Amino acid sequence: MKCNEFLNELTNYLDGALDARTKSELDEHLAWCHNCYVVCDTTRKTIEIYRNSELYELPDDLRTRLRSAIMSKCAAHKKSDPAAG
Amino acid sequence: MSTIQPNIEQPVSEEMQLVRRAKRGDTQAFEELVRRYDRNVFRIAQHITQNREDAEDVVQEAFLKAYSNLEKFQEQSKFYTWLVRIAVNEALMKLRRRKPERTVSLDEDVKTEDDSLPREVADWSPNPEQMYNQAELRDILTRTIQGLPAGFRTVFVLRDVEGLSTEETADALELSIPAVKSRLLRARLQLRDRLNRFFQKKASGDGDQ
Repeated sequence: MKCNEFLNELTNYLDGALDARTKSELDEHLAWCHNCYVVCDTTRKTIEIYRNSELYELPDDLRTRLRSAIMSKCAAHKKSDPAAG
Repeated sequence: MSTIQPNIEQPVSEEMQLVRRAKRGDTQAFEELVRRYDRNVFRIAQHITQNREDAEDVVQEAFLKAYSNLEKFQEQSKFYTWLVRIAVNEALMKLRRRKPERTVSLDEDVKTEDDSLPREVADWSPNPEQMYNQAELRDILTRTIQGLPAGFRTVFVLRDVEGLSTEETADALELSIPAVKSRLLRARLQLRDRLNRFFQKKASGDGDQ
């Protein structure tokens, strides 16, 4: 397996979406190709960092304000369009 | 090497019960759906728009649109996937209004300058969390994802941050599964490449180029 072939399967590999045979081919490539090992490892870390980052969490006060705005708009919509309610 | 697994598993039946109650006019049931997904919708919206006010608008507009179109929801997919589709469309519309000079579309084939194998291959060690404090790390992550094309950001946030499956992401974005996979691969590699500039450089100490 060549490095670019490995790269094409990287997403499936990280997602565990490969059949056993293809996975073992990729594992074998990783065992001797340090470059691909590092790319694979740092890509996995990239995903984990973003997943754990809590980058755009909704603050509680804003959350309450938004929900009350949504629900009052829904109530207004229900009144103006009884068929929908 | 460990694999990345989606982190959201919602019991469909309970969600559908709420949806059906909401369809019959039970606003409390709809409010429960809002509580359940408002944080997700906000995260997705802010990832796409990269603007806090726009993200707030998207949350309101997406839920209102879902409410007023509830009878059109066919129950063939999860309510959440349907809601995400509405939210993504609202967010992309905001982005188009804000950046009219640039085409923002999920359908355009986003070409990258170079999809070949990354050349810089030093590992990130110590872990980025140990190299930077929380505020620095947030700043790096925000600036890095902002630089990604909107079509890539959208696929990445749905698949990797929110944990939707490839099929659900394809459904929410009305893209084919190969298109989702291709965008996801390029999004992941571009983010990795950009983060590498921060995480590798510091790890290499005085070996700066």
